[in-house]
Amino acid sequence: MGRYLARRLLLVIPSVIGISVVLFAVLALAPGDPFEELATNPNVPAEVRASLRASFGLDDPVMVRYFRWFAAMLQGDWGFSFASRIDVDTLILQRIPVTLLIIGSSQVLALLIALPVGVYAATRPYSLFDQIANTLAFVGFSLPTFFTGILFILLFSIQLGWLPFVYRADISATGWAWYWEHFKQAIMPVAVLGLFQGASWTRYVRSAVLDVIRLDYVTTARAKGLSERVVVVKHVLRNALLPVVTLVALTMPAVFGGAIVTEQIFRVPGIGSLLISAILANDTPVIMAVTFVLSCLVILFNLLADILYGWLDPRITYR
Amino acid sequence: MAGSIPASLTAESAAALRARRVSPGAEAWRRFRRHRLALAGAVILAVIALAVLLGPLLWAVPINEIDFSAKLQGPSWKHPLGTDDLGQDLLARMLYGGRISLAVGLAAMVIAVVVGTIVGAIAGMSRGAVDAALMWLTDLFLALPQLPLLLLIIYLFRDTLKSLVGIEGGTFILIVAVIGGFRWMQVARLVRAQFLSLREKEFVEAARALGASPTRLVVRHILPNAVGPVIVAGTIDVAAAIIAESTLSFLGLGFPPDVPTWGRILYDAKDHLDIAAHWALIPGLAIFLTVLSINYLGDGLRDALDPRRVM
Repeated sequence: MGRYLARRLLLVIPSVIGISVVLFAVLALAPGDPFEELATNPNVPAEVRASLRASFGLDDPVMVRYFRWFAAMLQGDWGFSFASRIDVDTLILQRIPVTLLIIGSSQVLALLIALPVGVYAATRPYSLFDQIANTLAFVGFSLPTFFTGILFILLFSIQLGWLPFVYRADISATGWAWYWEHFKQAIMPVAVLGLFQGASWTRYVRSAVLDVIRLDYVTTARAKGLSERVVVVKHVLRNALLPVVTLVALTMPAVFGGAIVTEQIFRVPGIGSLLISAILANDTPVIMAVTFVLSCLVILFNLLADILYGWLDPRITYR
Repeated sequence: MAGSIPASLTAESAAALRARRVSPGAEAWRRFRRHRLALAGAVILAVIALAVLLGPLLWAVPINEIDFSAKLQGPSWKHPLGTDDLGQDLLARMLYGGRISLAVGLAAMVIAVVVGTIVGAIAGMSRGAVDAALMWLTDLFLALPQLPLLLLIIYLFRDTLKSLVGIEGGTFILIVAVIGGFRWMQVARLVRAQFLSLREKEFVEAARALGASPTRLVVRHILPNAVGPVIVAGTIDVAAAIIAESTLSFLGLGFPPDVPTWGRILYDAKDHLDIAAHWALIPGLAIFLTVLSINYLGDGLRDALDPRRVM
């Protein structure tokens, strides 16, 4: 396991470099000066702009600029937000816990839907349950997250008045009431993301289980007299999970995209809504830093998926 | 298979076999028809396409006629889908916006399929370093967070393109290019996988032995056999591109306000949910119905174009 971990960790380096090259290339190819905004801003004196230009080394050759930018990014020196007037790393550190909480809970919800439904549908293929689950899955991943969010607000906030549709960071209640309020306002964003992911994963789980359940070793397990529960949970599921883990890792970029949309609809103060407001305010350092952080999070989750893969599949560990 | 044909095959049944032989297209159509939901999806999609193509000619209400006396109205005979906060007719705006949403989806799909096929074909035909480098690039693009990058690129390049080709054309080119540029990876992987197995097949070897050039091998012999999964992936890409465009417009970063794409109408409507729910529901349902139909269509095509699947 240790050697596998080390090898996998080494593979992260080229990914981070690749992503940083793409990001920097986009920034460098962009026409105009990214600090143009400052030139028209009367609150920023000319010498501050010049020193900012110098601190970013905008007049150096591209390679030098890239290495300096990349080194600064790695050290967490992400510059200064024009709009919020604080350091970008402080800003992002303030915003990131909410995003991780929402994304994390929605992934758990998605797994809680996809695993049981997918497995149950696969053990009874083409039954009524399977057909209903399949139809709902199609509907679920054809509904764009922004529309589901609006439907939820219409139903639960406006028609029924059960849930608040603006996410508030400053809840004044204390004790259990504080937790309850937070729970209530997180339900809709988590459900929107979780249902969308759950719908597409259900199909993956179903087809993965269907592939495994016909294999001979499953018949052997049944012939030994094991109960159907043990056969499915202990013998089938562990092998069926392998392709699912890969697919979950592959859908991570889409999850972050969905998180941006959900945060924007429900005004969740996470890094997704920070990105949108930064774009609307032309706040280049924040935009670059958020994109970089989101890319790194995608790599991190891919890494976690691979480690999970190594744990699920003992054959990989010793390769 | 030849061994399973009984030796005592009579002349009649041989003739019958020949008579039942059908072209691949007809066979695919026969299989496609059996997937009822895919057929329904195709019909709905055709209706939507016809509506947005011919609709503006029949329903000749201007999309930007402001009438404050009729603002935020529900459906009525005068405005079958109601009006928005400026009293503009929603049916006219939906029909016009549908043209753009569908055009973006199709154009982005074409870019994704063309780029993906070229990358996949090059990777599949060349072994070694070129293949490895292209696949590394494909994996890198798959790991990129697409929406943040889409937003970043649009933010950085928006103004220049607008000044170059005008506000509508510039946004259209930018959005189509960027969405297409982030969706080619799946096609590239599919095409490469197909090429890897097809290039070792006997018929390709025969063509090579007859002296066919590599280009001819790819274009005439390998590519036509690899086209099934690409069609399916392309179909799904249209849906993904429509969602991507709507998402951008919904975030207020897609088309300008005077171009009412479905996502943009939804974006404008989301602050009036409590008094004019129809305004948000109509574009949302249109996107949903289109995407659902395309997804079912892709599912049906997957069944119809896979010769190994018995139907």
